[in-house]
Formats: sequence, C-alpha cells, structure tokens
Amino acid sequence: MIDLLAPFVEFGFMRRALAGCLALSVSAPPVGVFLMLRRMSLMSDAMSHAILPGAAAGFLVAGLSLPAMTLGGLVAGLAVALLAGAVTRTTMLREDASLAAFYLISLAAGVLLVSLRGSQVDLMHFLFGSVLALDDPALILLGGICTTTLVVLALIYRPLVIECVDPLFLRSVGRAGGPVHFAFLGLVVVNLVGGFQALGTLLAVGLMLLPAVAARFWTRELGSTMAVAVVIAALASFAGLSLSYRLDLPSGPAIVLAAGALYIVSMLVGPQGGLLRRLRRPRHLEA
Amino acid sequence: MSAIAAPGPIRLHGLTLGYDRHPAVHHLNGTIPAGELLALAGPNGAGKSTLLKGLTGEIPVLDGRIERPGEIAYLPQIDAIDRSFPVSVMDLASMGLWRRLGPFRALRRTRSAVLDALAVVGLSGFEARPIGTLSGGQFRRALFARLILQDCRTILLDEPFTGIDARTTEDLLALVHAWHGEGRTVVAALHDFGQIRSHFPATLLLAREPVAWGPTLRVLTAENLARARRLSEAWDEEAPVCDGARHAPPRADAAAHDHARDHSHDHDHSRPGDREDAA
Repeated sequence: MIDLLAPFVEFGFMRRALAGCLALSVSAPPVGVFLMLRRMSLMSDAMSHAILPGAAAGFLVAGLSLPAMTLGGLVAGLAVALLAGAVTRTTMLREDASLAAFYLISLAAGVLLVSLRGSQVDLMHFLFGSVLALDDPALILLGGICTTTLVVLALIYRPLVIECVDPLFLRSVGRAGGPVHFAFLGLVVVNLVGGFQALGTLLAVGLMLLPAVAARFWTRELGSTMAVAVVIAALASFAGLSLSYRLDLPSGPAIVLAAGALYIVSMLVGPQGGLLRRLRRPRHLEA
Repeated sequence: MSAIAAPGPIRLHGLTLGYDRHPAVHHLNGTIPAGELLALAGPNGAGKSTLLKGLTGEIPVLDGRIERPGEIAYLPQIDAIDRSFPVSVMDLASMGLWRRLGPFRALRRTRSAVLDALAVVGLSGFEARPIGTLSGGQFRRALFARLILQDCRTILLDEPFTGIDARTTEDLLALVHAWHGEGRTVVAALHDFGQIRSHFPATLLLAREPVAWGPTLRVLTAENLARARRLSEAWDEEAPVCDGARHAPPRADAAAHDHARDHSHDHDHSRPGDREDAA
C-alpha cells in the first residue's frame, strides 16, 4: 500500500496532479451520466472541439497563460452550447445536428488560430494537457469547477431529470425547461474546460464519459449510477497517474486508458447487462 | 380527489393552428363549457393533436386566440417520453406535483398522495419499478396517475386509449368519468366512434375545418363522417393566403356552444377556387 502511494508522498507535482484529477473525477462523471442517458455521449466530444478556438485565441493573445486560455475556452464553449441549444429549441433541427454544425465551425476556426502562431509543441499541449504541471491557479480552478458543478447539479436535479424523461411535460407545466437545459450545457462546457487543462481537449471527454458508461453496467438507478461513475473516475485517475509515473507514460492518455480498462472490465462482468452475465443464462422466475 | 370549484370555459376565437403556415386547424370558433366531457373525433391528420397542442400552448397560434381557464393537464401521445431513462413509477407519477413542489420542496410529505394516485390507477406495488419495465397499459396507467396528481381543472388527452387492452381502457375511462363527475373539463382525441358514442356526451368532429360540434349523436352521423374524410385529405402547396372572410363559426349544431359570440364573417363556401371544393 505504501508502495502504491509512494510517488504521491514523495513528489509534490504528483500530489497536485492527483488532487486535480480527483476534483475532476467528482464533477465530470455525473455530468457524463446525464449526457449518456440523454443519448448525447458524443456531444461532449463535439463540445471539447468547440472549446479549442477560444483556448487558441487566449493563447494567441497571452501565450501559455492559464486564465487567458481558460477564459477563451469557456467563452467559445458556452457560445457554441448556447447557440446550439437555442437553435434546437427554436427550429426543427435536433440537438445533435445543430451542435455538429456549430462545433465544426468552431473547430475549424480553432485549428486556423493555432496554426497562425503555434508550434507542434503547443498543439500537443492543447491535445494532451499538462496534468503534471498543475500550479496553484489551475488547482483552484479545478476545485472551483468541481464545487460549481455539484451545487448547480443539486439545484437543477429535479427539473433536469424531468426534462430528460419528458421535456414536453416540463414545458406544459412551466418554464423551467429552457434555463435547465442551458445550465446543463454550461456544466458540460465548464467541466470540459477543467478537463482540458488537466488532460487536454481530446482526452477531457474520457474522464467525463468512460466512467459514466462503465457505471451503467453496475447499477440501474440514477443516483447510484452517478456515485459509481465518480468512484470509477477516481480509481482511473489514481491508477493512470501511478502507471504514468512508473512506466514513464504521458499522464493524460494513461488516465483515460485506465478509465477505458475499467469500462471494459465493467462491460464484461457488470451485473446489469454485462457480457458474461448474458452468456450464463439464469433460470427465469415464476412471475 | 374532492370535488373542485367549477373551471372556466375554454373559448376559441377564429383559432388557426398549423405548421409552416399550412393550417391544421382552420378558423375554429366555439366554447368548451366548464365541466364538459368532449371527444375530438376525425380522421388522421384532421388536426386533433394539433388542437390539443394549441390548447396547452405547446405550439403557437397562427391566427385567432384562445381563452384558457387556467392550468391545463395534458397527456401527449406516448412517443415523446424517454422510457429508457432510469426513473421509477413513483418518480414519474410524482412529476405531476411539479407545480406545487417546484425544484426543491420535499417529496416525502406527498408520498401518501402519490401512493393513493397509483392505487387509483391500479399500480399499487409498482412504485419502485423502473418505467422501462412497464407494459404499454401499465405505463399509460402511470401517466394517468401523474394526471391525477396534477389535479388540474382542465385535462386534455391525446389518444389516451390507443394501443392498450380493453380492461385498462375500461379502468381509465372510469377515471375519466370520475373527473367529469368532479366538474373537471376533459377533452380527449379519440378514434373509436363506439367508445365516443357510449362515453362522451359531446363531440367535436374535426377535418382541419370544424365539421360539426355538439351532442355526440347529432355529430357522428354518416353524412358528417363522410364530409370529414373528404375535407381532411387536402394539403395544397399552392394554397393561397387565407383572407379569413369566408370562415364563419361552425354549423348550427354548434350554436349551443357558441352563444353570444357574434362573428361578422359571412359563410360563403360557394366561391370559385375554394380549397375544399377542389378537394
């Protein structure tokens, strides 16, 4: 056990990385659970691309500065989320299609901006993050995102569930649907921006979705799905960081691969529709 | 549920609803009196669902206006609901309490009311079941439990008995009658004329235009039904812009429902180029 914890005891940067990843592990997976249940899993992938031009603009203005890039990412992500949400709610276009349109525009703009000034190194930083170089502001940012996410989720939980199950009903009994929808999209963006700092744009989605999808194989009930997802994400963060330290691997991909491994295990042995359970057909009941 | 104060009437003034400027409900005038048990009949595409959506405010009015009596409970056609979402029957029924509880107030104190509503629809013992495991009939019962908890004075039902068995239909019809007995206004879009004749005292026969509105037996005549079929089939891409001048309140049958509404439209269906005449 001591051996497992050794790198975190020994090195400050490992402790910071773990703290940051754990904060993200608490906030991102519950958001991912809702995305998955809304059949919008790939939406987070699209959103992570949408963040790119904002972060790139921040980089162009201020160089490798966390506040500038975070702010840029937030602005770009929220703009895409709000525009896509507004188009979905006011035209016949479905959420996935309107989002695809806006994220493609945003991604192309982002690549353009990065190529205007960035070098290969900068691009790698965008894509894979810098979890081993989390400084104080970055940690505070991740902690703040975690707190905000949990508070907002608690505030909008009931209408969000109704909006997911029966949006028509929520519209027929009040006006909560719109604000709740946008608040949720905002949470997705905020968590992706946080994940982008730690894991990079491409992998931020991993910590949001893989634990959520894996948790689905363990429990059927909504609240416990979120709890299991958080535990899986925390395990993946710990395992990924440990492996990246021992085997000298890039930490972002290591964390997401650890989450991926947990997903595959869950898919195989999970009690709710896991593959192995399906092979062994249980005797059916009387009624 | 105890008896409730009489709801106000729903008044429709030259109501036109539709999609893409094409009317699906065209110049509907009339009053649904408080406490009415009204069936909406008509072929597919006649505008029944559209009218119900218009009454709830779900779709915007193209022309005319609606006077609503206050809160309206609405049962849409089933396919709008995501049944794979992991919520229980209890959760689904409890949604009916949204107007009273909002996002924060505790569900604990209303638990007995929810259990009562589930008992009324015959779902006692199903509280913890995920909604995805219910049969079609059970799911419809759960939605009726939600309607009970909404406790609205006006209840709109869009094809509430489509695809469910006789026993469930019977139970839910009894519930509809109970609502009628409590003085609630119930409007239901239905396809089964036998059911309408035996359970619904009043009927509005729609075919985009109102064909007839009044006591069920006088509305559901062979002649009216044939006319409804003919009218409902026309959708004309090249339709001219409607000037509204030729649309009067519906025929004499509706007079009982439409006192005191003095419309100045003339009732001239003989002009050349009329869409219905072409159809």
